[in-house]
Amino acid sequence: MSVMVIAGGLSAERDVSLRSGRRLAESLREEGEDVSVVDLDASLVPSLQNDPPDVVIPLVHGAAGEDGSLADVLDALDIRYVGSGAVACRQTFDKAIAKGIVADHGLQVPSGYSLPHGIFRDLGAPAVMAAIVDRLGLPLMVKPTCGGSALGATLVREAEQLPPAMVAAFAYGDSALLERYVPGVEVAVSVVDLGHGPQAWPAVEIVPRSGIYDYAARYTAGETEFFVPARISTSQADACAAAAVTAHQALGLRDWSRVDFIIDGDDIVFLEANVAPGMTETSLFPQAAAAAGFTLGKVAAQLVALH
Amino acid sequence: MTGSRLDPWIDSYAQRANGMTASEIRALFAVASRPEVVSLAGGMPYVEALPMEAIAGTVAHLLATRGTAALQYGNGQGDQSLREQITEVMAPVGVHAHPDDIVVTAGSQMALDLVTRIFCDPGDVVLVEAPSYVGALGVFRSYQVDVRHVAMDDKGLVPEALTEALAACRTAGQTVKFIYTIPSYHNPAGVTQDQTRREQILQIAQQAGVLVLEDDPYGLLGFDGEVPQAIRAMDSQSVIYLGSFSKTIAAGLRVGWAVAPHAVREKLVLAAEAAILCPSNFSQLTVSEYLRTQPWMDQVKAFRELYRERRDALLTAMEQLFPPGTSWTVPTGGFYSWVTLPEGIDATAMLPRAVSALVAYVPGTGFYTDGQGRDSMRLSYCYPPPERISEGVRRLAGVIEEELDLIHTFGNAPVHLPPGPATPGPDLA
Repeated sequence: MSVMVIAGGLSAERDVSLRSGRRLAESLREEGEDVSVVDLDASLVPSLQNDPPDVVIPLVHGAAGEDGSLADVLDALDIRYVGSGAVACRQTFDKAIAKGIVADHGLQVPSGYSLPHGIFRDLGAPAVMAAIVDRLGLPLMVKPTCGGSALGATLVREAEQLPPAMVAAFAYGDSALLERYVPGVEVAVSVVDLGHGPQAWPAVEIVPRSGIYDYAARYTAGETEFFVPARISTSQADACAAAAVTAHQALGLRDWSRVDFIIDGDDIVFLEANVAPGMTETSLFPQAAAAAGFTLGKVAAQLVALH
Repeated sequence: MTGSRLDPWIDSYAQRANGMTASEIRALFAVASRPEVVSLAGGMPYVEALPMEAIAGTVAHLLATRGTAALQYGNGQGDQSLREQITEVMAPVGVHAHPDDIVVTAGSQMALDLVTRIFCDPGDVVLVEAPSYVGALGVFRSYQVDVRHVAMDDKGLVPEALTEALAACRTAGQTVKFIYTIPSYHNPAGVTQDQTRREQILQIAQQAGVLVLEDDPYGLLGFDGEVPQAIRAMDSQSVIYLGSFSKTIAAGLRVGWAVAPHAVREKLVLAAEAAILCPSNFSQLTVSEYLRTQPWMDQVKAFRELYRERRDALLTAMEQLFPPGTSWTVPTGGFYSWVTLPEGIDATAMLPRAVSALVAYVPGTGFYTDGQGRDSMRLSYCYPPPERISEGVRRLAGVIEEELDLIHTFGNAPVHLPPGPATPGPDLA
């Protein structure tokens, strides 16, 4: 089988995507697959048309890769690919829409608001921010409505920290999500469908040294301690796994995904889902795969074979 | 229960490794390497302008005639014939030295490292300009030096501020090991000390009994044809002079040098041997052969003209397109202009928006160790052709306008600075 991993692109997560792509490709080669890694650029479509691979694995993080655009193009070119379709990507990439969908399927989500810069400008930012703080209380999580790797995300503990947090979030997109901060155990649950329906792998518990799972904590080995499986009760683990599968199905995701939660006692609170999970040396999906008894290459090879 | 940190040595690192983390700003520069992005961020010399065929011939001749020497270990101080040639290269900046006074290094970056290594203990003070060269700051940080920034104006380091900084350190009982300065075509500030300023700075250092570390990679790249005289030209005992072929020949060869008083030089040689045994013989002999057989000064003049044209493109575009409240330095040589943004804009916070708009710069905070520089950015004109520079400024002007709109909405409270390096690696155009 010839496999093309698409990684890179022009988003702020380019570097993460390239590292994910190279690592996945190497893992697949160890399984005997014929793998190429290509960037998301103007040479991609001619390449797909002139020498189409058997299967594509899109691993472009951020816009274009995770917002459904790339999936749409692959569909238009009639190229088979691992991962979710365009509609599922689109509604997952927008965290506010994703929260609405999974909430309709019974999952708990943090209350919050997703607003564009324009509404703050038109109505007056101080009044809008004050209303939100009154409604949600402090602390708040402020982050771009679309995007990953915690880029532009800020934990706001005091009201005066909110305006610069808004500026930071809008640096990465036109819309910002303001959410009630949910304290608790932070976990990521990878969901994989190897042909027998989506299965949740053991939850990975995330304990950053700084207390905040920001970009540095995500991509600097040693800055975060991971527990696999998470240090949660069996009932919490079961509930978490069920919630992850529910989110995966509710959002229409396919093949693989990663769903992030905060566990606060009996509450399993959905934060977001990812259609192109990170595959870097410090990423969560590969750790979950290892705990489930898989190598990255074996999982990817099985998914490739299903297409 | 113990989890996995994915790094079993996390508790073993030296304190000087603090801050060596992944950086979201660095991640943005990964995007800047794509051809769609106009990068005004990097500092790569435009080596495409070099006579490649001539260099190929030079290398071929070197291997044919002195191949065994080129591929062998060399002297820790550097090749004797190259050191003789370096004395001629330095003549235009007024540095007259004996070849024995010179230590050849793997770029002047290594010379910076060696000087800091032999002079600085943790906690020692080094005075640097505000802003200063990020590569030097990285070296000082790695030796746990206490870096103090001293104000600059349009003629570089301000003498009164230098005097005050020295006095403050003396009063506090702190040891100032040296004053690090880039007098000509400053990186990143784009300004040049005039002769009077150089004399004042040297006099202040002499009176305080403090060494001057003079970094001069751009000295031959003045656009009006005049070559500023080095501070070292006035004093061979109080000044260590650093030179480089990275901008006049090729950065990839990694050949620079230090000129130091006898006693200092002896220690630099031993420190160099401890670090790398010897600089690359292949690179040194390539440079030596190039200097011997090629009209190297004509190439320097070609570089001057090329960079002048690009400087003009940058200045013209900024004049036409940047919004009111933006100001910048007007470099008379070198690679960079230092831009101060309208009040309230944080250049670090704005960078993601700029990269989305397919233009990149280096935020000013990268050139300080103390959080200054939020309202500033460095624009480099050394690599993109003039039309791309104009397009980059057009994009950047739009980004600044959008950021002003955002600041107008939310005010200008300082945005949290992410950890890790805020500047690109050396391989970004």
